[in-house]
Formats: sequence, structure tokens, C-alpha cells
Amino acid sequence: MTGSRMTRIALALAAPALALVTAFLITSLVLILAGDDWLGVWSQILSWPTNRTMVNIVNSATVYYLSAVAVAIGFRMNLFNIGVDGQYRIASFAAAWVAGEALLPGPLNIVLALLAGMFVGAMWAGIAGLLRVTRGVSEVISTIMLNAIATAVVAYLLRKVAVREEGSNIISTKPLPEGSRIPGIPFLGGEIYGFVVIAVIVGIAYWVLLNRSRFGFDLRAAGQSESAAVASGINVKKMMLVTMLMSGAIAGLVGLPLLFGQAYAYGSTFQSGLGFAGIAIALLGRNHPIGIAIGALLFAWLDQQSNPLQILLDVSPDIVKVTQGVIVLTVVIAYEVVRRYGVRLEQRHVAAALDPQFQQKEVSA
Amino acid sequence: MRRLNKLTAAAAVTALVFAGAGCSKKSSDDESAAGEDCVEKGDVKVGMAFDVGGRGDQSFNDSAAKGLDKAACELGFEVKDAEAQDGEPESAREERLQQLVDAGYNPVVAVGFAYSASVGKIAKANPDVNFAIVDDAVEGENISNLLFAEEQGSFLVGAAAALKSETGTIGFVGGVDTELIKKFEAGYKAGAKAADPKVKVQSVYLSTPPDFSGFGDPAKGNTAATGMFEKDADVVYHAAGGSGGGVFQAATDAKKWAIGVDSDQAKTADESVRDSILTSMTKNIDVAVYDFLKGVEGDDIKTGPQVYDLKSDGVGYSTTGGHVDDIKDKLDEYKQQIIDGTITVPSK
Repeated sequence: MTGSRMTRIALALAAPALALVTAFLITSLVLILAGDDWLGVWSQILSWPTNRTMVNIVNSATVYYLSAVAVAIGFRMNLFNIGVDGQYRIASFAAAWVAGEALLPGPLNIVLALLAGMFVGAMWAGIAGLLRVTRGVSEVISTIMLNAIATAVVAYLLRKVAVREEGSNIISTKPLPEGSRIPGIPFLGGEIYGFVVIAVIVGIAYWVLLNRSRFGFDLRAAGQSESAAVASGINVKKMMLVTMLMSGAIAGLVGLPLLFGQAYAYGSTFQSGLGFAGIAIALLGRNHPIGIAIGALLFAWLDQQSNPLQILLDVSPDIVKVTQGVIVLTVVIAYEVVRRYGVRLEQRHVAAALDPQFQQKEVSA
Repeated sequence: MRRLNKLTAAAAVTALVFAGAGCSKKSSDDESAAGEDCVEKGDVKVGMAFDVGGRGDQSFNDSAAKGLDKAACELGFEVKDAEAQDGEPESAREERLQQLVDAGYNPVVAVGFAYSASVGKIAKANPDVNFAIVDDAVEGENISNLLFAEEQGSFLVGAAAALKSETGTIGFVGGVDTELIKKFEAGYKAGAKAADPKVKVQSVYLSTPPDFSGFGDPAKGNTAATGMFEKDADVVYHAAGGSGGGVFQAATDAKKWAIGVDSDQAKTADESVRDSILTSMTKNIDVAVYDFLKGVEGDDIKTGPQVYDLKSDGVGYSTTGGHVDDIKDKLDEYKQQIIDGTITVPSK
């Protein structure tokens, strides 16, 4: 059986490789058509990063990873949580506000803020979950709308609690007290977010929960076939709601590496759009904790390595957005192509095993 | 199995080709085109980091680019610019500044208050490099803050609005509710009241931070201005960047007046709406940027806050179209009084 196992692994790797190559080809085509130095672009992007860039890649991948895991939990249950973007922003704001108020001393304050972020993220996603199970509202629609509402709510609340520095246009929550910051981990002469540890724990917990628990089994079963799940006694509605809450709770963590490791406050320059990157990365990583990690590193790599393009080559870094977009498209197509190929391969094996004449027939046909 | 091998082999080969391409060559830097009357390139390299929008936004960034290009031509500076992306993390801004420094650019000019923290940090890490930041007061020994007395210019267009209004009601459309835009509003109101104590001023902001869409949404600008025109206003001043186009459209449709901002918009706005632009409050970022760069050439860099006001021609009002010719004397009188200090314009 080792032969078929090898085939499975090769097939699993073929799809992302195919997608990557296609994405590179299409991006190169765009660059060539635009008359840009496409070789120069790739030599910058594929060159080994400087230590400083490496630190940024790891940091940015940490944030992407959490976002993608939040999306992936929903995907496994057949729920498309587009609202991670709104959930993480409102949760980051809540966590920043709680931490800034410094209700508890030092590390306890961090724990409180983490819980506050997860709670708010879960509640915000829970609205969509509740609407889905009670009124049948598609979570795709409700979470998109909740994203817009989150923007408005955060803008409104930020003004209520914000502190403004004299002469500055940036408004933000009260900065975290020194003792409530998560110290960085030394790495290549720089520091990566201490939050990396939490991201790894989230990844392991995600895997254990889905693959080694009754709950995970129910979740995957309900995701694959609702009717079969109902028949085997799973309360699908409850599962949906719980999945949304969990997805939202993880989404609540997405902005926190930035909050505790870099920005120390939630303000008008806080990074946005992380939820959408998470969708792409979850797709790319096929909802697998390791796959997602690779996808997150790849996206972070492309982002960070493209930063100097404008300075070195006068090419807008937006070009990697094209690459990232094409990767997501091609990865979906490639998985399907490879899946069909795998199915055909299997059918042929089965047919060959059952009918010794098969080979000859095929030739004569 | 055979086909699969072919497939993966093809993929692997292609991947290798690309990886191989990675080590081939590093292309040389582009030649920035030098105009005919420009002096020869010297060895000063200036880096500029733009805010979101970058070159071509017909507003804020373009104004800074104008100053940079002028310096490139007249002072023979080699220039390089890079722009920000929407919603980018703080580390991306720091990276951009640091990479300009690494590539040998000194001084480095950051355009916009979003760079506040990153300029503070990168300037500290590179004490030998000079930094300038537009519209922000972040402190540092090697930082020049290019600030503007927007309230003074706004005072003049506020006075113009009140003098031109027949209904006694005028409007203000702010892009995003920030400290910066509040300065425009405060000056505008003060100018209007000075010219006509009974004037009524309607104010609206298109968005609130962290939502910065109010600087780039003409539809919002149009709705806000149309609402004001329907409620009796007949002159509306916008300090809303790209949303201003909607304000001009609303004024054209309602056959009322609009007032432009930052640059002389009667020259830069869409042709179909130029006739509705009464005047514009000009904020000459290009002058400030050029001044700073000239200081670099003369080895006379002024660090700390450099405030560009009416006196230094950093702000003012435009007369394109001739719509304010009849009140020009009055406006220039106010201008003189502000310069003399007889009138102090509030900034909040």
C-alpha cells in the first residue's frame, strides 16, 4: 500500500505547486506586458530576506495564521465566516481599551484583555450564528454587513474613549501600561512577537479539537453532510452556533499580536483587512493547521519581500496582490483538477484489478 | 502514475526555472528623466514616502511631489519615492523609511501624519539621516516638521463665502473628523463671522477615524453638499481631499458655489465643474518641501516645527476664474491683519 500512499502525498503536493507556478507565470505575464523588469522583481522577491525582513515575515505570518484559523474553523463546518475582518477589529479595540484601563496588574491585565478580545469577537460572530440558526439568514450576508457595522461602532466608540496627543492627528485608545505588553522573542538580531507562542498553541488546539475530539467529529460530519449528521443524532443548529462562536473567538485574537507586540494601542493607523487575507490563506492551506502555517508564511513572505520593489525597481508592491489573488484562484482550480485526476487514477486501478482485459480494451477503444 | 510523475516533474522544473531566475541579475536603477532646464545631478539623494494614494492623487501627495520634483530639477537632487498601501501595518511604514535610508537616501521626507510614529522611531535609529514629516509634530533631533496654518487660509475663504452668500447660510464639508480638518473648520467659521456676524454655518464630516473613506468618496461629498444646498446654504467649502469632486458636482447641479482646498482646484478639478469653484484655500506643501530641500543643499536644515502661514505664503486663497475679484480688497485687508497679528485666528 505504500505506493498508493505515495500517490496521495504527491497529489496533495501537486495542487499547491501547480497553483504557485501558474500564479508566478501570470504575474510575470502582467509584469512583461506592463514593460516592467520582471526578472528583477522575482530576484528581489525570491532572494533570501535580510534578518530584519525575516523578523517582519514571521510577525506578519503570525497575524495571518490566526486569521486563517478563524476562517478555517467555519469552513470545516461549511460556514463561510467573511466577518473575521469586522470581528478582529472590534475585538482588538475592546482588548486595547480593557488593557489600556489597566484594571488588573501586569500579566493579569494581559489575560483579561485576551479574554475580552475573544469574548467580543465571539459575540460579534455569534450575532451572525444566531441569525443563521433562528432565522436562516445566510452567514455570508450577515457577516459582510456586520463588518461595515463594526467599522462604524469602533469609530464611534474610539472617539468616546480616545486620547489625543497635542499636535497629532492620530487618535487611539490609552496605550497599554509597560507591564502589560507581551515581550518579544529574540530572533535573528530582532524580536518576533511573543504572541507567536499563542498562535502555535491555537494551531495545536485547532488540530486536536477537530481530529481528536467528539466535538470535532460532529463538526466535520455536520460540515460534510447535514442530513447524515442529523440522522446520527448531531444537533446541527447547536453545532453551527458553537462553530461561529469559536471562529469569532479566534478572530478576536487576530489583532492582538499587533496590539501587545507593536502598536500598544488601538488607533486610526491600526492594520486593517487581515480578515480577508485569512480567507485566502485558509483556502490555500486547505484548512489544515500546517497547510495554513505554510500559506501564512508564503503570504507574509510575498508582502514583506515586495516592500522594497518600489524603491529598487519602481514597480508598485501592489503586484504581489496580483500574485496572491491568482494563487487563491489557481489553488482552488488546481485542487479540483488534481482531485479529478486522482479519482480517475483510482478508477483505472480498480478497473484494472477487476478486469484483466481492461488494458487491452482501452488500447483498442 | 506515469502521468502524475510527468505533471509533478513539469511543475518542479518550472519552479526551478523561476528559482534560478531569482539569482540571475539585479537590474540597475531607473534613470529619472531630467528636464531640459534642469541642473546636472549631484550626489544628494532624496527619498520621499507618500501617504495612501501616492503620486497622481491630484491633492495632498501630488503637492508634495511637486516640491520634490522642483528640487530634483533645480537643485540636481536624485529622488526616489514610494507610496503607502491602504490598511498597511505600522511595520510596513517603518520598513519603507528604513529601506530608503538603507538605499542611501538622505534626507527622507514622509508625507502625512500616518508616518508620525514610524518617523519618530526610524529617525531615532538613524541619527545621521535627516527626516522631514508633513502635517505632524512628532519630535526628534533630526526631524523637521512641515506644518501649516490651515486656519489662516480657511479664514480668508470663510470671509469670501460670507461676503458672497446671498442667503446668509454657508456650509463646511470635512473629510474625516480629525484635529487637522478641525483647524480648517475653525478658521472658516471665524472668517465667516468676521465678515458677517449673522452668518449661519452648517458643518458635516463625512467619516470618523479610523474610517478614512471620507477623504476619497465623491458620492459622500455630493450627498452632504446637496443636503446643505437644499437647506439654504449657497456656498460650501470642502476640506475632504478626493471627496471634494462630489461637492463641486453638487454645486454645479444646484447652481451654487463651492470652495476648493489644498491646491487651486479651479485649475485641477474636472472641467465641467470649474465654473462653480469660487476660490480655493491653497496649502502649498510643495513650497514647504522645496524649502526644506533647499535647506539641505545649503547645509542649513531647520529641525523642529516649521509653520507655513499666510506670511510665508504657505497658505492662501486662489483667484482663478475671477469670481472673488470684487471682494479681493476686503480679503487682502483681512490677510494683512492676520499677518500683522491684529486678527488671531482660532485653530480649534
